[in-house]
Amino acid sequence: MGTHRFVACVLLYGGLLLGASVLAQSSPTYGVGRTPTAEELRALDISIGPDGVELPAGRGTAKEGAQLFTSKGCAACHGANGTGGRAPELKSKDGPSVDTWERGRILPVRAPFATTVWDYINRAMPLGREGTLTPNEVYSLTAFLLSINEVIPEDQVLDDQNLPKVKMPIGDKYASLPDWKPKTRRLRGYPY
Amino acid sequence: MGSRRRDRRELLKSGAAMVGGLTFGAVMPAMGQTPSPTFIRGNKDQIAYGDRSHFVTSVRIPHGGRPSPDPFGLVFHVATPLQDSVGVITPSSLHYVATTRGSFIPDIDPREHRLMIHGMVDRPLTFTIEDLKRLPSVTRLHFIECAGNRSTPKAKTIQESHGMTSCAEWTGVLLSTLLKECGVKGGASWFVAEGAEEVKGASSMPLAKAMDDVIVAYGMNGEPVRPQQGFPLRLMVPGFEGIFSTKYLRRIKLVDRYYMNYNDYGHLRQDANETALGYQVGPKSVITFPSAGQQLSGKGFYEISGLAWSGGGAIRRVEVSTDDGKHWMDAEIKATPQRRAHTRFGCPWNWDGKETVLLSRCTDELGQVQPTLAQVAKFFNVPLGEVPGLDNTIQPWRIASDGSVQNGHA
Repeated sequence: MGTHRFVACVLLYGGLLLGASVLAQSSPTYGVGRTPTAEELRALDISIGPDGVELPAGRGTAKEGAQLFTSKGCAACHGANGTGGRAPELKSKDGPSVDTWERGRILPVRAPFATTVWDYINRAMPLGREGTLTPNEVYSLTAFLLSINEVIPEDQVLDDQNLPKVKMPIGDKYASLPDWKPKTRRLRGYPY
Repeated sequence: MGSRRRDRRELLKSGAAMVGGLTFGAVMPAMGQTPSPTFIRGNKDQIAYGDRSHFVTSVRIPHGGRPSPDPFGLVFHVATPLQDSVGVITPSSLHYVATTRGSFIPDIDPREHRLMIHGMVDRPLTFTIEDLKRLPSVTRLHFIECAGNRSTPKAKTIQESHGMTSCAEWTGVLLSTLLKECGVKGGASWFVAEGAEEVKGASSMPLAKAMDDVIVAYGMNGEPVRPQQGFPLRLMVPGFEGIFSTKYLRRIKLVDRYYMNYNDYGHLRQDANETALGYQVGPKSVITFPSAGQQLSGKGFYEISGLAWSGGGAIRRVEVSTDDGKHWMDAEIKATPQRRAHTRFGCPWNWDGKETVLLSRCTDELGQVQPTLAQVAKFFNVPLGEVPGLDNTIQPWRIASDGSVQNGHA
């Protein structure tokens, strides 16, 4: 009887597991569309999340970044040292002792993750020549911008392993996102 | 019954005579009709693709004081002429345009364009436009509104104060259909949508929204989505701030957290209330006629006309006040209100020729009511001019005794 029960349990759990795996691997309804190649996935996936898993291999320093900042034309719009140009300010006038929210809307200061800075430069800069920077150049420019704002030391080599670990000044002092659900009001307690 | 039929027959006859008059007006005047003084000669271009009357001159204008196009051909924000709108559909040529930082409009060959869906899915898939057109489609009316659509004391017309919203009929495949085709993995909670333009603009959105009502749209107002609106594919995210409706959509990635990419950085806020109010557009209405810059010809009857919309769903009620909020009356909602679409309302009004202020306020299906500017300022504890987030407050239009209409915030 004990054995029977054991066998029944095995059958039951086995069946459940089988069912679960079938559910997890849902099947397509229409069979339209094709599977992208590994190459396509790699080339198109430029969204760099906070843990940096999508980061390409590479490295760069603030010193290299400083040169690129001029040679790639960044300085022409953002100012010689990331300040005083027509394009958004990239260097805070205030040091790390000032509250991050008081230091202005400056990407390498306010971004909650260093990956956000990397992603931004990689996808959207330089103006008119977007997507032309190599990974090493993006690491270098990121290092330069973080360094001039005293987020990382001047001599730190940034790479795909340590970039996601950079402690950004804002820490977790920003509003978390609403847990949006269908058919809910914009804000609980909002009177209007 | 019989007499009614006779009337109709007569009407048909006179209608036929009118058509005759238009066609042959110059050659043989129709019986009992004054010949039409001028006519539009048929020409090949106008037969192939018709224009509006040259008497109709309503146009979009650059928004926010920045020229568009700029000397380099970059397109910035452009506002729709709501003061001339009738019904709820904005013609595609007049639909507002917003770009994240000023853009050249990409010239995309739809045969080359692909949409890739990947990340936390069982099967990453790539779709051509032809693939998408094979799948079950939806056609829905939806507004889009830019987060910068804010009324200020400086606005001289409704186009300046409210022109960064428009409404179109969108056709495409529900994103949920595509995601089911790919198979959503457990743990996926957000998705990143990305465009193919030069900056590859990207936004993170909750997966719950994707499964609710997001459309991968290839059609707009009965034709392919226009280039300024994202040709050949636009992610239509009903009721969320306009920036989420990703143009030139090329990629959707399912992830397990907020990705803080590009456009997301612009949504970063210190105050949780501001962040919460920044997603779903609040209930909002505005009187389009009479509105600032327009002129009433004298006292007497007018139908007050306006638009109402909400990111929370369908509009349930619109109220109008013709005495600066002392009394409110229910406006007539024209046609069946659609979810997250502009809804036309009307209200009869006999103007006595005296100075007054017109207001409108709406309530949506969730019971959210459009607030006054003072209420929102009080909520955030800031001065009237510093209310954060997308403005959905009540717009006052001041009617002067000479019939001119001005911005009540001025």
